[in-house]
Amino acid sequence: MIAAIPAFVAAAAEATHEGKSGGLPQLNPADFSPQLVWLALTFVVLYFILARVALPRIGEVIEERKDRVQRDLQAAERFKQETDEALAAYEKALSEARQKASGMAKEMRDKLADETDKERANVEGQLASKLGEAEARIAVTKSKALASVNEIAAETASAVVGKLLGEDVSPAEVKKFLQPAAE
Amino acid sequence: MEQFEIERIIPLDIFGIDATFTNASLFMVIAVALISGFLIFSIRRRALVPDRLQSVAELSYEYIANMVRENLGEEGMKFFPWVFTIFVFILTLNLIGMVPGAFTVTSHIIVTFAFAAMVWIAVTLIGFARHGIGYLKLFMPDGVPWWLLPIIVPIELLSYLIRPVSHSVRLFANMMAGHTMLKVFGGFVVGLGVLGGWAPLAFMVAFTGLEIVVAFLQALIFTVLTCIYLNDALHMHH
Repeated sequence: MIAAIPAFVAAAAEATHEGKSGGLPQLNPADFSPQLVWLALTFVVLYFILARVALPRIGEVIEERKDRVQRDLQAAERFKQETDEALAAYEKALSEARQKASGMAKEMRDKLADETDKERANVEGQLASKLGEAEARIAVTKSKALASVNEIAAETASAVVGKLLGEDVSPAEVKKFLQPAAE
Repeated sequence: MEQFEIERIIPLDIFGIDATFTNASLFMVIAVALISGFLIFSIRRRALVPDRLQSVAELSYEYIANMVRENLGEEGMKFFPWVFTIFVFILTLNLIGMVPGAFTVTSHIIVTFAFAAMVWIAVTLIGFARHGIGYLKLFMPDGVPWWLLPIIVPIELLSYLIRPVSHSVRLFANMMAGHTMLKVFGGFVVGLGVLGGWAPLAFMVAFTGLEIVVAFLQALIFTVLTCIYLNDALHMHH
Protein backbone atom coordinates (compact mmCIF):
# COMPACT_ATOMS: atom_id res chain seq x y z
CA MET A 1 0.00 0.00 0.00
CA ILE A 2 2.74 2.44 1.09
CA ALA A 3 4.76 1.50 -1.98
CA ALA A 4 1.78 2.23 -4.20
CA ILE A 5 1.49 5.85 -3.03
CA PRO A 6 4.12 7.36 -5.38
CA ALA A 7 2.26 5.87 -8.32
CA PHE A 8 -0.95 7.49 -7.12
CA VAL A 9 0.85 10.78 -6.59
CA ALA A 10 2.06 10.60 -10.17
CA ALA A 11 -1.43 9.80 -11.37
CA ALA A 12 -2.91 12.62 -9.36
CA ALA A 13 -0.27 15.03 -10.59
CA GLU A 14 -1.03 13.97 -14.15
CA ALA A 15 -4.70 14.56 -13.50
CA THR A 16 -3.92 18.12 -12.51
CA HIS A 17 -2.05 18.77 -15.73
CA GLU A 18 -4.91 18.45 -18.12
CA GLY A 19 -4.78 22.15 -18.95
CA LYS A 20 -4.94 23.22 -22.56
CA SER A 21 -1.66 25.10 -22.79
CA GLY A 22 0.13 23.10 -20.10
CA GLY A 23 1.35 26.12 -18.16
CA LEU A 24 -0.45 27.94 -15.38
CA PRO A 25 -3.73 29.39 -16.72
CA GLN A 26 -3.10 32.40 -14.50
CA LEU A 27 -0.08 33.40 -16.58
CA ASN A 28 -1.79 33.53 -19.93
CA PRO A 29 -1.58 37.21 -20.98
CA ALA A 30 -4.47 36.82 -23.41
CA ASP A 31 -6.84 36.42 -20.45
CA PHE A 32 -5.61 39.52 -18.60
CA SER A 33 -7.59 42.08 -20.53
CA PRO A 34 -11.09 40.63 -20.06
CA GLN A 35 -10.45 40.01 -16.37
CA LEU A 36 -9.21 43.56 -15.78
CA VAL A 37 -12.14 45.07 -17.69
CA TRP A 38 -14.73 43.06 -15.78
CA LEU A 39 -12.97 43.50 -12.45
CA ALA A 40 -12.97 47.28 -12.90
CA LEU A 41 -16.58 47.24 -14.01
CA THR A 42 -17.86 45.02 -11.18
CA PHE A 43 -15.76 46.82 -8.56
CA VAL A 44 -17.08 50.23 -9.58
CA VAL A 45 -20.67 48.95 -9.66
CA LEU A 46 -20.27 47.30 -6.26
CA TYR A 47 -18.61 50.41 -4.85
CA PHE A 48 -21.50 52.62 -5.92
CA ILE A 49 -24.18 50.21 -4.70
CA LEU A 50 -22.47 49.93 -1.31
CA ALA A 51 -21.44 53.57 -0.92
CA ARG A 52 -24.76 55.01 -2.11
CA VAL A 53 -27.33 52.48 -0.92
CA ALA A 54 -26.29 49.65 1.38
CA LEU A 55 -23.76 51.28 3.71
CA PRO A 56 -25.74 54.49 4.40
CA ARG A 57 -28.75 52.35 5.28
CA ILE A 58 -26.80 50.11 7.64
CA GLY A 59 -25.06 53.14 9.13
CA GLU A 60 -28.41 54.85 9.62
CA VAL A 61 -29.88 51.88 11.43
CA ILE A 62 -26.85 51.60 13.72
CA GLU A 63 -26.86 55.34 14.33
CA GLU A 64 -30.59 55.30 14.99
CA ARG A 65 -30.19 52.52 17.52
CA LYS A 66 -27.37 54.41 19.23
CA ASP A 67 -29.54 57.54 19.37
CA ARG A 68 -32.51 55.56 20.61
CA VAL A 69 -30.50 53.94 23.37
CA GLN A 70 -29.06 57.34 24.26
CA ARG A 71 -32.53 58.86 24.28
CA ASP A 72 -33.95 56.05 26.37
CA LEU A 73 -31.13 56.39 28.86
CA GLN A 74 -31.74 60.12 29.07
CA ALA A 75 -35.47 59.57 29.48
CA ALA A 76 -34.79 57.04 32.23
CA GLU A 77 -32.50 59.54 33.91
CA ARG A 78 -35.20 62.21 33.66
CA PHE A 79 -37.87 59.89 35.04
CA LYS A 80 -35.59 58.99 37.92
CA GLN A 81 -35.09 62.66 38.68
CA GLU A 82 -38.82 63.27 38.53
CA THR A 83 -39.43 60.36 40.84
CA ASP A 84 -36.85 61.69 43.26
CA GLU A 85 -38.46 65.11 43.15
CA ALA A 86 -41.92 63.66 43.69
CA LEU A 87 -40.60 61.60 46.57
CA ALA A 88 -38.99 64.66 48.13
CA ALA A 89 -42.20 66.66 47.70
CA TYR A 90 -44.21 63.86 49.23
CA GLU A 91 -41.89 63.63 52.18
CA LYS A 92 -42.02 67.38 52.64
CA ALA A 93 -45.82 67.37 52.51
CA LEU A 94 -45.88 64.50 54.93
CA SER A 95 -43.64 66.24 57.45
CA GLU A 96 -45.64 69.44 57.04
CA ALA A 97 -48.88 67.59 57.65
CA ARG A 98 -47.31 65.92 60.65
CA GLN A 99 -46.23 69.30 62.01
CA LYS A 100 -49.62 70.75 61.37
CA ALA A 101 -51.32 67.83 63.05
CA SER A 102 -49.11 68.06 66.09
CA GLY A 103 -49.71 71.84 66.13
CA MET A 104 -53.44 71.29 66.02
CA ALA A 105 -53.25 68.70 68.75
CA LYS A 106 -51.22 71.07 70.91
CA GLU A 107 -53.66 73.89 70.29
CA MET A 108 -56.56 71.66 71.18
CA ARG A 109 -54.78 70.46 74.27
CA ASP A 110 -53.99 74.04 75.33
CA LYS A 111 -57.57 75.09 74.70
CA LEU A 112 -58.93 72.20 76.71
CA ALA A 113 -56.43 72.87 79.49
CA ASP A 114 -57.44 76.52 79.46
CA GLU A 115 -61.09 75.65 79.70
CA THR A 116 -60.43 73.16 82.45
CA ASP A 117 -58.38 75.73 84.34
CA LYS A 118 -61.13 78.31 83.94
CA GLU A 119 -63.75 75.80 85.06
CA ARG A 120 -61.61 74.80 87.98
CA ALA A 121 -61.02 78.43 88.95
CA ASN A 122 -64.74 79.03 88.71
CA VAL A 123 -65.60 76.02 90.80
CA GLU A 124 -62.86 76.85 93.25
CA GLY A 125 -64.18 80.42 93.47
CA GLN A 126 -67.66 79.14 94.15
CA LEU A 127 -66.33 76.71 96.66
CA ALA A 128 -64.32 79.44 98.34
CA SER A 129 -67.32 81.74 98.55
CA LYS A 130 -69.45 78.92 99.87
CA LEU A 131 -66.70 78.09 102.32
CA GLY A 132 -66.57 81.74 103.38
CA GLU A 133 -70.31 81.78 103.85
CA ALA A 134 -70.20 78.59 105.81
CA GLU A 135 -67.34 79.88 107.91
CA ALA A 136 -69.27 83.09 108.51
CA ARG A 137 -72.27 81.06 109.47
CA ILE A 138 -70.15 78.93 111.73
CA ALA A 139 -68.69 82.05 113.32
CA VAL A 140 -72.16 83.48 113.85
CA THR A 141 -73.38 80.21 115.27
CA LYS A 142 -70.27 79.94 117.37
CA SER A 143 -70.61 83.43 118.74
CA LYS A 144 -74.30 82.78 119.27
CA ALA A 145 -73.44 79.56 121.01
CA LEU A 146 -70.78 81.31 123.07
CA ALA A 147 -73.30 83.97 123.96
CA SER A 148 -75.74 81.23 124.95
CA VAL A 149 -72.95 79.63 126.97
CA ASN A 150 -72.55 82.89 128.91
CA GLU A 151 -76.27 83.00 129.47
CA ILE A 152 -76.32 79.39 130.58
CA ALA A 153 -73.23 79.87 132.70
CA ALA A 154 -74.74 82.98 134.28
CA GLU A 155 -78.02 81.20 134.93
CA THR A 156 -76.24 78.17 136.22
CA ALA A 157 -73.92 80.32 138.28
CA SER A 158 -76.85 82.37 139.69
CA ALA A 159 -78.67 79.17 140.52
CA VAL A 160 -75.54 77.72 142.12
CA VAL A 161 -74.77 80.95 143.95
CA GLY A 162 -78.46 81.30 144.97
CA LYS A 163 -78.41 77.81 146.37
CA LEU A 164 -75.16 78.43 148.11
CA LEU A 165 -76.07 81.83 149.54
CA GLY A 166 -79.67 80.99 150.09
CA GLU A 167 -80.83 84.14 148.45
CA ASP A 168 -81.77 85.00 144.94
CA VAL A 169 -79.05 86.35 142.82
CA SER A 170 -80.19 87.69 139.50
CA PRO A 171 -78.36 86.37 136.47
CA ALA A 172 -77.59 89.94 135.51
CA GLU A 173 -75.58 90.39 138.61
CA VAL A 174 -73.74 87.16 138.05
CA LYS A 175 -73.07 88.19 134.54
CA LYS A 176 -71.53 91.41 135.79
CA PHE A 177 -69.09 89.37 137.76
CA LEU A 178 -68.50 86.87 135.05
CA GLN A 179 -68.06 89.35 132.27
CA PRO A 180 -64.44 90.19 132.95
CA ALA A 181 -63.63 86.50 133.26
CA ALA A 182 -65.26 85.76 129.96
CA GLU A 183 -63.37 88.49 128.24
CA MET B 1 -5.12 23.02 -13.41
CA GLU B 2 -8.43 23.18 -15.22
CA GLN B 3 -10.11 24.77 -12.21
CA PHE B 4 -8.08 27.93 -12.88
CA GLU B 5 -8.81 27.89 -16.60
CA ILE B 6 -10.50 30.95 -18.06
CA GLU B 7 -13.44 30.01 -20.23
CA ARG B 8 -14.74 32.52 -22.71
CA ILE B 9 -18.52 32.67 -22.58
CA ILE B 10 -19.55 35.73 -24.60
CA PRO B 11 -16.86 37.24 -26.81
CA LEU B 12 -16.91 41.02 -26.50
CA ASP B 13 -14.70 43.70 -27.90
CA ILE B 14 -14.92 47.32 -26.80
CA PHE B 15 -12.81 49.81 -28.80
CA GLY B 16 -10.24 47.15 -29.51
CA ILE B 17 -10.04 46.04 -25.89
CA ASP B 18 -10.81 42.40 -25.25
CA ALA B 19 -13.74 42.51 -22.83
CA THR B 20 -14.93 38.96 -23.29
CA PHE B 21 -17.43 37.78 -20.68
CA THR B 22 -15.61 34.83 -19.11
CA ASN B 23 -16.35 32.50 -16.22
CA ALA B 24 -14.28 34.90 -14.09
CA SER B 25 -16.57 37.76 -15.14
CA LEU B 26 -19.56 35.60 -14.34
CA PHE B 27 -18.39 34.99 -10.78
CA MET B 28 -17.50 38.64 -10.30
CA VAL B 29 -21.06 39.55 -11.30
CA ILE B 30 -22.43 36.80 -9.02
CA ALA B 31 -20.35 38.20 -6.13
CA VAL B 32 -21.62 41.75 -6.74
CA ALA B 33 -25.20 40.49 -6.88
CA LEU B 34 -24.77 38.40 -3.72
CA ILE B 35 -23.17 41.20 -1.72
CA SER B 36 -25.61 43.92 -2.77
CA GLY B 37 -28.56 41.58 -2.47
CA PHE B 38 -27.55 40.34 0.95
CA LEU B 39 -26.74 43.73 2.44
CA ILE B 40 -29.84 45.46 1.09
CA PHE B 41 -32.13 42.53 1.90
CA SER B 42 -30.80 42.07 5.43
CA ILE B 43 -31.32 45.72 6.34
CA ARG B 44 -34.76 46.01 4.70
CA ARG B 45 -36.69 46.05 8.00
CA ARG B 46 -34.33 48.55 9.64
CA ALA B 47 -35.17 46.79 12.87
CA LEU B 48 -34.16 48.28 16.17
CA VAL B 49 -33.55 44.76 17.40
CA PRO B 50 -31.77 43.12 14.48
CA ASP B 51 -32.53 39.60 13.29
CA ARG B 52 -29.70 37.27 12.30
CA LEU B 53 -29.13 38.56 8.79
CA GLN B 54 -29.24 42.18 9.90
CA SER B 55 -26.78 41.34 12.68
CA VAL B 56 -24.35 39.92 10.14
CA ALA B 57 -24.63 43.04 7.97
CA GLU B 58 -24.22 45.35 10.97
CA LEU B 59 -21.37 43.27 12.36
CA SER B 60 -19.40 43.45 9.11
CA TYR B 61 -20.13 47.18 8.88
CA GLU B 62 -18.95 47.92 12.40
CA TYR B 63 -15.97 45.57 12.09
CA ILE B 64 -14.55 47.39 9.08
CA ALA B 65 -15.68 50.79 10.39
CA ASN B 66 -13.75 50.18 13.62
CA MET B 67 -10.73 48.98 11.68
CA VAL B 68 -10.74 52.14 9.56
CA ARG B 69 -11.34 54.36 12.58
CA GLU B 70 -8.55 52.76 14.61
CA ASN B 71 -6.04 52.97 11.76
CA LEU B 72 -6.99 56.24 10.12
CA GLY B 73 -8.93 58.16 12.73
CA GLU B 74 -12.27 59.90 12.21
CA GLU B 75 -11.07 61.75 9.08
CA GLY B 76 -10.27 58.40 7.46
CA MET B 77 -13.94 57.45 7.56
CA LYS B 78 -14.38 58.96 4.11
CA PHE B 79 -12.40 55.99 2.80
CA PHE B 80 -14.64 53.56 4.66
CA PRO B 81 -16.93 52.64 1.70
CA TRP B 82 -13.88 51.96 -0.44
CA VAL B 83 -12.18 49.79 2.19
CA PHE B 84 -15.47 48.01 2.91
CA THR B 85 -15.97 47.28 -0.78
CA ILE B 86 -12.46 45.84 -1.06
CA PHE B 87 -13.04 43.64 1.99
CA VAL B 88 -16.43 42.20 1.09
CA PHE B 89 -15.56 41.78 -2.58
CA ILE B 90 -12.39 39.81 -1.87
CA LEU B 91 -14.04 37.88 0.96
CA THR B 92 -17.00 36.90 -1.21
CA LEU B 93 -14.82 35.97 -4.18
CA ASN B 94 -12.67 33.80 -1.86
CA LEU B 95 -15.67 32.11 -0.27
CA ILE B 96 -17.47 31.49 -3.58
CA GLY B 97 -14.29 29.71 -4.63
CA MET B 98 -14.90 27.19 -1.84
CA VAL B 99 -18.11 26.00 -3.51
CA PRO B 100 -17.22 22.87 -5.49
CA GLY B 101 -17.18 23.58 -9.20
CA ALA B 102 -17.13 27.34 -8.72
CA PHE B 103 -14.41 29.53 -10.16
CA THR B 104 -12.09 31.34 -7.76
CA VAL B 105 -11.57 34.81 -9.16
CA THR B 106 -8.93 35.69 -6.54
CA SER B 107 -6.77 32.74 -7.53
CA HIS B 108 -5.66 34.76 -10.54
CA ILE B 109 -2.60 36.93 -10.02
CA ILE B 110 -3.85 39.54 -12.47
CA VAL B 111 -6.98 40.10 -10.35
CA THR B 112 -5.19 40.34 -7.01
CA PHE B 113 -2.53 42.49 -8.63
CA ALA B 114 -5.21 44.82 -9.97
CA PHE B 115 -6.63 45.16 -6.45
CA ALA B 116 -3.17 45.81 -4.98
CA ALA B 117 -2.26 48.24 -7.76
CA MET B 118 -5.48 50.16 -7.19
CA VAL B 119 -4.63 50.47 -3.50
CA TRP B 120 -1.02 51.40 -4.20
CA ILE B 121 -1.89 54.05 -6.78
CA ALA B 122 -4.64 55.50 -4.59
CA VAL B 123 -2.35 55.60 -1.55
CA THR B 124 0.46 57.24 -3.52
CA LEU B 125 -1.89 59.85 -5.03
CA ILE B 126 -3.44 60.62 -1.62
CA GLY B 127 0.03 60.86 -0.07
CA PHE B 128 1.28 63.37 -2.60
CA ALA B 129 -2.01 65.28 -2.59
CA ARG B 130 -1.87 65.74 1.18
CA HIS B 131 1.82 66.22 1.80
CA GLY B 132 3.10 67.35 -1.59
CA ILE B 133 6.76 66.62 -2.12
CA GLY B 134 7.01 66.09 1.64
CA TYR B 135 5.50 62.65 1.12
CA LEU B 136 8.99 61.57 0.05
CA LYS B 137 10.02 61.93 3.71
CA LEU B 138 8.28 58.57 4.11
CA PHE B 139 11.52 57.08 2.82
CA MET B 140 13.59 58.93 5.45
CA PRO B 141 12.49 57.62 8.84
CA ASP B 142 13.05 59.97 11.78
CA GLY B 143 15.98 59.37 14.11
CA VAL B 144 18.15 57.52 11.61
CA PRO B 145 21.83 58.63 11.62
CA TRP B 146 22.71 60.52 8.42
CA TRP B 147 25.36 58.03 7.40
CA LEU B 148 22.74 55.26 7.34
CA LEU B 149 20.52 57.19 4.95
CA PRO B 150 22.25 55.96 1.77
CA ILE B 151 21.25 52.44 2.82
CA ILE B 152 17.90 53.16 4.47
CA VAL B 153 16.42 55.30 1.71
CA PRO B 154 16.84 52.74 -1.10
CA ILE B 155 15.50 50.01 1.20
CA GLU B 156 12.45 52.07 2.12
CA LEU B 157 11.92 53.05 -1.49
CA LEU B 158 12.20 49.45 -2.66
CA SER B 159 9.84 48.21 0.03
CA TYR B 160 7.36 50.88 -1.01
CA LEU B 161 7.63 49.99 -4.68
CA ILE B 162 7.33 46.28 -3.98
CA ARG B 163 4.15 46.73 -1.93
CA PRO B 164 1.69 45.95 -4.74
CA VAL B 165 3.61 42.76 -5.50
CA SER B 166 3.74 41.48 -1.91
CA HIS B 167 0.19 42.67 -1.34
CA SER B 168 -1.18 40.79 -4.34
CA VAL B 169 1.00 37.67 -4.33
CA ARG B 170 0.06 36.91 -0.70
CA LEU B 171 -3.62 36.68 -1.58
CA PHE B 172 -3.14 34.98 -4.94
CA ALA B 173 -0.68 32.36 -3.63
CA ASN B 174 -2.87 31.47 -0.67
CA MET B 175 -5.97 31.02 -2.77
CA MET B 176 -4.23 29.07 -5.50
CA ALA B 177 -2.22 26.86 -3.14
CA GLY B 178 -5.30 25.94 -1.13
CA HIS B 179 -7.30 25.01 -4.20
CA THR B 180 -4.41 23.07 -5.72
CA MET B 181 -3.97 21.13 -2.49
CA LEU B 182 -7.65 20.23 -2.46
CA LYS B 183 -7.42 19.16 -6.08
CA VAL B 184 -4.34 16.98 -5.46
CA PHE B 185 -5.93 15.30 -2.46
CA GLY B 186 -9.13 14.89 -4.41
CA GLY B 187 -7.00 13.01 -6.94
CA PHE B 188 -5.67 10.81 -4.11
CA VAL B 189 -9.17 9.96 -2.97
CA VAL B 190 -10.11 8.80 -6.46
CA GLY B 191 -6.77 7.09 -7.02
CA LEU B 192 -6.77 5.12 -3.74
CA GLY B 193 -10.39 4.13 -4.19
CA VAL B 194 -12.76 2.74 -1.56
CA LEU B 195 -9.97 0.97 0.33
CA GLY B 196 -7.41 3.72 0.85
CA GLY B 197 -9.27 6.87 -0.12
CA TRP B 198 -10.67 7.56 3.33
CA ALA B 199 -7.47 9.03 4.76
CA PRO B 200 -7.08 11.76 2.10
CA LEU B 201 -10.84 12.29 2.23
CA ALA B 202 -10.69 12.98 5.98
CA PHE B 203 -7.76 15.28 5.37
CA MET B 204 -9.74 17.09 2.69
CA VAL B 205 -12.66 17.68 5.04
CA ALA B 206 -10.34 19.19 7.65
CA PHE B 207 -8.45 21.12 5.02
CA THR B 208 -11.66 22.55 3.58
CA GLY B 209 -12.44 24.00 6.99
CA LEU B 210 -8.96 25.49 7.13
CA GLU B 211 -9.40 26.90 3.62
CA ILE B 212 -12.56 28.71 4.67
CA VAL B 213 -10.60 30.29 7.50
CA VAL B 214 -7.85 31.19 5.03
CA ALA B 215 -10.41 32.71 2.66
CA PHE B 216 -11.59 34.99 5.46
CA LEU B 217 -8.12 35.66 6.84
CA GLN B 218 -6.61 36.62 3.50
CA ALA B 219 -9.45 39.05 2.78
CA LEU B 220 -8.88 40.51 6.23
CA ILE B 221 -5.10 40.77 5.80
CA PHE B 222 -5.55 42.45 2.44
CA THR B 223 -7.91 44.98 4.04
CA VAL B 224 -5.74 45.61 7.10
CA LEU B 225 -2.73 46.24 4.86
CA THR B 226 -4.83 48.63 2.78
CA CYS B 227 -5.62 50.54 5.98
CA ILE B 228 -1.97 50.58 7.04
CA TYR B 229 -0.87 51.88 3.63
CA LEU B 230 -3.62 54.51 3.75
CA ASN B 231 -2.42 55.54 7.18
CA ASP B 232 1.06 56.11 5.72
CA ALA B 233 -0.47 58.39 3.11
CA LEU B 234 -2.65 60.30 5.58
CA HIS B 235 -0.38 60.61 8.61
CA MET B 236 3.03 59.44 7.42
CA HIS B 237 3.54 57.35 10.55
CA HIS B 238 5.56 54.24 10.43
